[in-house]
Amino acid sequence: MQTALGLYNYWIVIFLMMAGFYIVVAHDNLIKKIVGLNIFQASVFVLYITFGKVTGGTAPIVDPAFAVYSNPLPHVLILTAIVVGVATTALGLALVVRINEAYGTIEDDEISAQDIEP
Amino acid sequence: MIAAHFPALQVVIPLIGAPVCMLVRYRDWSWAVALACSWAALAIAWLMLQQVLAGGPVSYALGGWAAPLGIEYRVDTVNAYVLLIVSAIGSVVMPYARRSVRHEFGTARVYLFYTSYLLCLAGLLGVTITGDAFNLFVFLEISSLSSYVLISLGKDRRALTAAYRYLVMGTIGATFIVIGVGLLYHNTGTLNMMDLAARIAASTADRTIGAAFGFLVVGISLKLALFPLHLWLPNAYAYAPSMVSAFLAATATKVALYVLLRFLFTVFNLELSFGVMPLDIVLLVLAVIAMFAASTVAVFQNNLKRMLAYSSVAQIGYMVLGISYATVTGLTAGILHLFNHALMKGGMFLALGCVFYRIGSVHIRDLHGIARTMPWTMAAFVLGGFGLIGVPLTVGFISKWYLIVGAIDRGWWVVAVLVLLSSLLAVAYVWRVVEAAYFRPPSEAAKQASDAPASMMIPTWILIGASIWFGIETSLPVGVAERAAAELLGAGR
Repeated sequence: MQTALGLYNYWIVIFLMMAGFYIVVAHDNLIKKIVGLNIFQASVFVLYITFGKVTGGTAPIVDPAFAVYSNPLPHVLILTAIVVGVATTALGLALVVRINEAYGTIEDDEISAQDIEP
Repeated sequence: MIAAHFPALQVVIPLIGAPVCMLVRYRDWSWAVALACSWAALAIAWLMLQQVLAGGPVSYALGGWAAPLGIEYRVDTVNAYVLLIVSAIGSVVMPYARRSVRHEFGTARVYLFYTSYLLCLAGLLGVTITGDAFNLFVFLEISSLSSYVLISLGKDRRALTAAYRYLVMGTIGATFIVIGVGLLYHNTGTLNMMDLAARIAASTADRTIGAAFGFLVVGISLKLALFPLHLWLPNAYAYAPSMVSAFLAATATKVALYVLLRFLFTVFNLELSFGVMPLDIVLLVLAVIAMFAASTVAVFQNNLKRMLAYSSVAQIGYMVLGISYATVTGLTAGILHLFNHALMKGGMFLALGCVFYRIGSVHIRDLHGIARTMPWTMAAFVLGGFGLIGVPLTVGFISKWYLIVGAIDRGWWVVAVLVLLSSLLAVAYVWRVVEAAYFRPPSEAAKQASDAPASMMIPTWILIGASIWFGIETSLPVGVAERAAAELLGAGR
């Protein structure tokens, strides 16, 4: 299980993390940046859920038939982080709407071009 | 006894105040709610500082769930001090806010402004008081999300882009912090800071803890605008409403700095932070670059709020420099400058807010000759500027003194000289304002101006007055900072 392939969850996490981060940094479109941010955050959610996995464990519901459970704490933490992520996305998109109203564009380079100090 | 519940009330009062503000809707009432919550927070912070100074750290189990399992609020000298700073700045800024916000924001839906402010205050106090690593992230996001809103309410449309960029960078920072906390949890199985500290100290430093350390330091550095991660800060502070610039400049980066202190010295120990990881030298180099680069950029800014924002990046450099010494004197200097800079920069942003209230601009061109028509406002600004330079009898002198003494103690003569040299850059950017305001013929705007109303002048002078008072009567800030520094270093051993 400890081989590189067995840890495939982590490879997915790393891929998502880097992809999301790259989109945030490289794209000029403000909405694409928010999408990138979401992918970046989602990778962390997967990372936490992976930590909580116990080999052979079931869902953490008390039942006399099962003795081994997955760790529920990371799940709960990530529920909170998802809420934070949703709030961030909502606020980010609201700002994009306002930026579009004020500048007539959501391309970062065009906004910067409009803002050069006179 | 109500005193036993102070740690919870500290956060809960502004947190409950926010929806109350939203429900009362009427503008002056919502302002009154925000004012009452800020003052209540200040009173609690002051009483708790006395409690901690007299009886040592206070631990509070939230909801009655005991420490390692439940969320613990833990107040020791360091965060009692930071709580006092944050709530004091909030309390001083609120009376000022009433006129300033009405002027810049209009009267429609102004209660939403105060709701965001209270959420921001609750978040900042929560970050400071909590003893739980994940809880810290949640409060950090409460304060960050509400500060993005507050910044985007500036009149200039650039406030929107500034808030957006801050949102993107702030979220990356926060996500880095979550990754770091997650890795720590993965390795130790706990989220309580004291518990983490004990388990990390007991284990040998392995790669997971190293990675957690890296993620946390970078994430926190983004939040505290450590050079070169400061890019969000100048525009955010320049285009935010005056009251928001003053409040955030004096509190948000300070709280982030406290988080850095907490993680470096309490959660991770001194050996790990500065021994296994060569962070001291990294912080030293970045701090020195920040002191020079940001001050140099500040000299060339024509928008004075932007100038102060760059100056903040430089001043954060001084605080981080103090931390990088990893000695009691160095940490004292860092914590002391945290307090002092909040007073000076808060006061200066408030003074600029007064100028903006009268002439609708903070461009240096419009401030020509304004000292003739707004003498008290500009006097406050200049006194604050003296503090930034480090003129004796101001608080700035005290913190620079400790920084230089700390450098000499470590045998770092070059650093001591660099601190002095960088102060000359502060002379340059403060002098530009003095020259424009006092020695130029008045601009059209300046001729019509007069000093701002008393409700705005008094808060400005309270902060500036405090920055002079604590420069002369240093026992409270220095005494507490020294004790806090000793506690932080003691916890690492």
